[in-house]
Amino acid sequence: MPSSDAIVIGGGPNGLAAAARLAASGRRVTLCEAGAVAGGGAVTAEFAPGYRVSGLAHLLGHLDARVIAGMELERHGLAFAATGLATTAVSATGDHLRLEGAAGARLTGRIAPEDVLAWDRLRSRLMAFAAALAPMRAMAPPRLARGAANEMLRLARVGLGLRRLGRDEFREFLRMILINVADVAEDELSDDRLGGLLAFDATLGAWLGPRSPNSLILYLDRLAGGMAGQQAALALPKGGMGTVAAAMARGAEAKGVVLRTGARVARILVEDGRALGVALADGEEIRADLVVSAIGPKATLAGLVGPRHLDTGFLRQTAAIRARGGAAKLHLALTGLPDFRGADPKTRLVIAPSVNAVEAAFNPVKYGEVPDRPVMEAILPSAHEDGFAPGGHHVLSAIVQFAPHAPKDGADQARALMLERSLAVLEDHAPGLGALIAHAEMLMPQDIAARHGMVGGAWHHADLAVEQMLFLRPFAAVAQYRTPVAGLWLGGAGCHPGGHVSGAAGWNAAGAILAEGGR
Amino acid sequence: MSDPRLHYRAPLLRTPFHPRIAEANVLNQWGAWAGYTTALALQDEEMEYTAIRNGASLYDLCPMVKYRIMGPQAAEYLGRLTLRDVVRQPVGTVRYTAWCDDAGKVLDDGTLFRLAEAEFMLCCQERHLPWLLDAASGFDVAIAEITEAVAALSLQGPCSASVLRAAGLDVSALKPFAVTRQEFAGTTLTLSRTGFTGDLGYELWLAPEAALPLWDGLMAAGAPWGIRPIGSNALNLARIEAGFIIANADFVPAEQALREDRPRSPFEIGLDWMIDWQKGHFNGRRALLAERDGQTSRWALVALDIEGNVPAEGALLYHGKTREVGHITAAAWSPATKRNVALASLRRPWDRTAADDLWAEVYALRELHYVKLMLRARITERPFFAPARRRATPPEDF
Ligand SMILES: Cc1cc2nc3c(=O)[nH]c(=O)nc-3n(C[C@H](O)[C@H](O)[C@H](O)COP(=O)(O)OP(=O)(O)OC[C@H]3O[C@@H](n4cnc5c(N)ncnc54)[C@H](O)[C@@H]3O)c2cc1C
Repeated sequence: MPSSDAIVIGGGPNGLAAAARLAASGRRVTLCEAGAVAGGGAVTAEFAPGYRVSGLAHLLGHLDARVIAGMELERHGLAFAATGLATTAVSATGDHLRLEGAAGARLTGRIAPEDVLAWDRLRSRLMAFAAALAPMRAMAPPRLARGAANEMLRLARVGLGLRRLGRDEFREFLRMILINVADVAEDELSDDRLGGLLAFDATLGAWLGPRSPNSLILYLDRLAGGMAGQQAALALPKGGMGTVAAAMARGAEAKGVVLRTGARVARILVEDGRALGVALADGEEIRADLVVSAIGPKATLAGLVGPRHLDTGFLRQTAAIRARGGAAKLHLALTGLPDFRGADPKTRLVIAPSVNAVEAAFNPVKYGEVPDRPVMEAILPSAHEDGFAPGGHHVLSAIVQFAPHAPKDGADQARALMLERSLAVLEDHAPGLGALIAHAEMLMPQDIAARHGMVGGAWHHADLAVEQMLFLRPFAAVAQYRTPVAGLWLGGAGCHPGGHVSGAAGWNAAGAILAEGGR
Repeated sequence: MSDPRLHYRAPLLRTPFHPRIAEANVLNQWGAWAGYTTALALQDEEMEYTAIRNGASLYDLCPMVKYRIMGPQAAEYLGRLTLRDVVRQPVGTVRYTAWCDDAGKVLDDGTLFRLAEAEFMLCCQERHLPWLLDAASGFDVAIAEITEAVAALSLQGPCSASVLRAAGLDVSALKPFAVTRQEFAGTTLTLSRTGFTGDLGYELWLAPEAALPLWDGLMAAGAPWGIRPIGSNALNLARIEAGFIIANADFVPAEQALREDRPRSPFEIGLDWMIDWQKGHFNGRRALLAERDGQTSRWALVALDIEGNVPAEGALLYHGKTREVGHITAAAWSPATKRNVALASLRRPWDRTAADDLWAEVYALRELHYVKLMLRARITERPFFAPARRRATPPEDF
C-alpha cells in the first residue's frame, strides 16, 4: 500500500506549486526537499552576522497569477515592499535615466524628445508582442506529432492574439522574433543608456550576449511576465524572497501537502519501466504511483532515474541539455547607505552603460575568464524596510554578469577577481561605497550549483534559448512534462516555460498530470 | 601507410589473408566489404558453393566488425544493449542476437561470444562504437573495437570437422554455438562452431600474425577433402538457403535509414523470438512493448517459393497481381533444394491474407531484353535447407 498518491521532488517554487495543485485535486502528496527549508532559489539568508538578504533570486517579475490565487499566497503571507518597481539606468557621471511603470512606461532624466519617442514606440511594440505570446506560459507546449492531443483552445488564443496585432505588426513580429537584441537596440534607439538597459534585461540569467542570435526573444519572455496584474512589472517581496517561499510552503501545506525538509532524494525507484516511488539519501523508501521531479531534468533523468532505465538515444539527448550559469550573486553588508550619485536607492539600479558594455562583459566567459567590467542589477532592500541590517546599516544585493561557469584559472581565483572587479565598477558609480563594506559575499555559478543544487548554477536549470524553448524544452521527448518512465513527470524550471520565482512550470506540469487522469 | 593522412592511397584495406586469396583469385573478382577488399569469386562460383555443401570451404571473415566488451558488468550491459538475456548466457557459448534504437527499430544483428565470465566479443556488419559507448553509461565495462586486431576465417562444409582434426585441432566435443580456445602452431586460436551457411562449420579467430600459417595449415590438411577458398557470392547463396538475413540487404539498419518506413522492428524481420521481456530494461523495450501490445507491426519477413527457375531478386510482390504488398530482399535458385527461393519483406496483414494470391514481378534479362514475368509466390518455412549434420555432435566423419 503506497504511503502517498504522489511524491514531488524538490521544494523550490515549482515543486511547491506542483505539489499544491496535485493536493488540491484530492491526492495525498509528499514533497521531499533536500534543504532545511523549502523555497529553492527563493530564500532570505543571513550572509554576515546581523545582515540578511535574498540569498539568490531577489526580485519578482514572473510569480504566476494562477499560483498566487490557487495557493492563496496573499492569505499565507505574501506581501510586497514595492510593486511596479522603478529602474534607474545608472550613469557613472550621474546622468541617470529613470524608468517608471512596467518596463519603462515613463522616462525621466536628461534625454532628447526623439529618443523618448523612439523608446515609447519600441516598448509598446515589444509589449504587444509579449502580450500575444504570454498565454503560452500557462499551457503545456504543443506537440508537433501527427494526431497529438494539444490544448487547441489555448493555442487558438495565442494565434488569435498574434492575428490581433494586425498585418503589418504581425510581419514585424515575424521579422523580429528570432533577431538579436543588439540589432534591435541599434536600429531603434540612439540613447546608450536605453540600449544598455535593453541588452542587460534581455540577457539577464541567460548564457548569451546581446549579439548572440535570438536574444530578443528572451526580452519578450521577460515582458510576458508581470506582477500585481501589471504586465512586465517588477515587485520586491516584503522580507525578501524567504517570505515568498514561506507563503508557498504554507499554501501547499494548507492544501494538504506533507512537506518533508532535510529529505534528499537519492534515487527514483523504477521497476518494469514504471516509477514506484523514491529512496532518500538515508535509505528510507517512500512509495507512490506518481512522482514529479521539480529539480533539473539532467539531475532527474541521468542521476535519480539512472541510465539503466532509459534508452540510449534518450540518454544522449539528456546529456546534451545545456545548463550554463552566467550570473553571479553579490551580497554586501554596508555600514551606511551608498550614494549612486543621487540615484534613488529604492529603484532597481542597473549598471550597463551600453549594448557593447554588456557584450564585452559576455565575451570573456566564453573562454572561462572574468570580465573586466561586469554589468549588474543591484537593489538595496534595506532602503525599503527594516530587518535586513542593523540600524543605519544597509545591504546590497546584486546580480552580476557574466561569470564564467567553468573558470579556467580555478574557482577561487575567479571568485576573487569577480569580486574585485564588481566592487571597482560599483565604486565608479557610487564613490565611497568601498569604504562602507563590512562584509562581502560573491557567489559564482559553481557556488550556486553547490548551494542550491542547480546544475551549472543555471538560472533556469537548463539554458533558456530558442533551441531549448517550448516544445524543445528541455528536449522534445519530454517537453510535455511526461517522461518515458511511466508515472514520472518533470515539473521544474528546466521545463516550459522556464525558471524565475514563478511556479508556472510546476503548475503546468500538475495540470498535464491531472488532464491524464493523475498517473 | 603509417601516416594516416595518406589513407586515400589505399581506399580499401587488405586483410591478413590477402596474399593467399590474391594468389587463388584467378577470376580477379573483388568487392568492397566494410572497407576491405574481399573476393567475390575466386575460380568458379559453382565449385565454391559445392565446397560449402559437399566438402570444405575457407572464407575470409576479417572485415566482420568486432568489439570486445570486458568488465564486471559486461553481461548486464549487453543485456541492456541487446534483445536477449545475456546474464544467463553460459561462458563458452555464442548467441545470435540483435539490438534496437529507442524506437525499437533494429540497428544491427550479430553474434555474441561469451569468452569468459567478464569477456565478450560482439560481431556484426556495421560499425556501432559510439552507440555501444553511449549505451554503456552507468555500467562498469570497457568496450573496444578489435576488427583489425583479430583475424577471422570461416571453415564450412560437411568435411570441416575432419579437416580440423587432420590439422591437429580436435572439435569433436564442440556443440553448435559453442566456443573454445585451442593451441595451433604456437598461438592460441579461438574456435567456434558457428557460420553463415546453415551447414556444419567453424569460425576461427586469431592474431593477424598467425593468419597465414593457419591458412596454409588448413589448405594442406584439407586437400584430401577438396578444401577450397570461396568468395562472397558462393557464401551468399548458402546463406539464402539457410534463411539468414543480412543488414543492408534484408533490412536497413535504423541508424542509416533516411526514409520513414525503412527501419524495421524485430517483429518485422522475424527476430522477435529473441526478445526477453523478463530481464528488465533493454534499449527499445518501451517501444517494442507498445508494438507487441498494440499489434502495430507493419511488415513481416517471409520465406517464399517462387515458381520457375528465374531468381526473383529485387522483385516487387503483388496481391492478386495488382496490389503492391512488398518486395523481395534476397533470392536465388537453390541447388541444394532444387527450388527457386526468396526472402521478402511483406506488408502486414498480407503475410497471412495474401498467401494464396501472391505474385512476384520479375524482369528477366534475355539477351539485352527484359521480359516481364508474373510468377506465383508461396509463403513457406524458413530455413529452406537445414541438414541434420549441422547439429550432430560429435560431427559425422565424412
Ligand atoms: C544568480 C541568480 C539570480 C537569480 N535571480 C532571480 C530573480 O531575481 N528573480 C527570479 O524570479 N528568479 C531569479 N533566479 C532564478 C530562480 O532562482 C530559479 O529559476 C528558480 O528558483 C527555479 O525554481 P525551481 O522551483 O524550478 O527550482 P529551485 O528553486 O532550484 O528549487 C529546487 C529545489 O530542489 C531541491 N533539491 C535539489 N536536489 C534535490 C534532491 N535530490 N532531493 C530533494 N530536493 C532536492 C533544492 O534544494 C531546491 O530547494 C536567479 C537565479 C540565479 C542563478
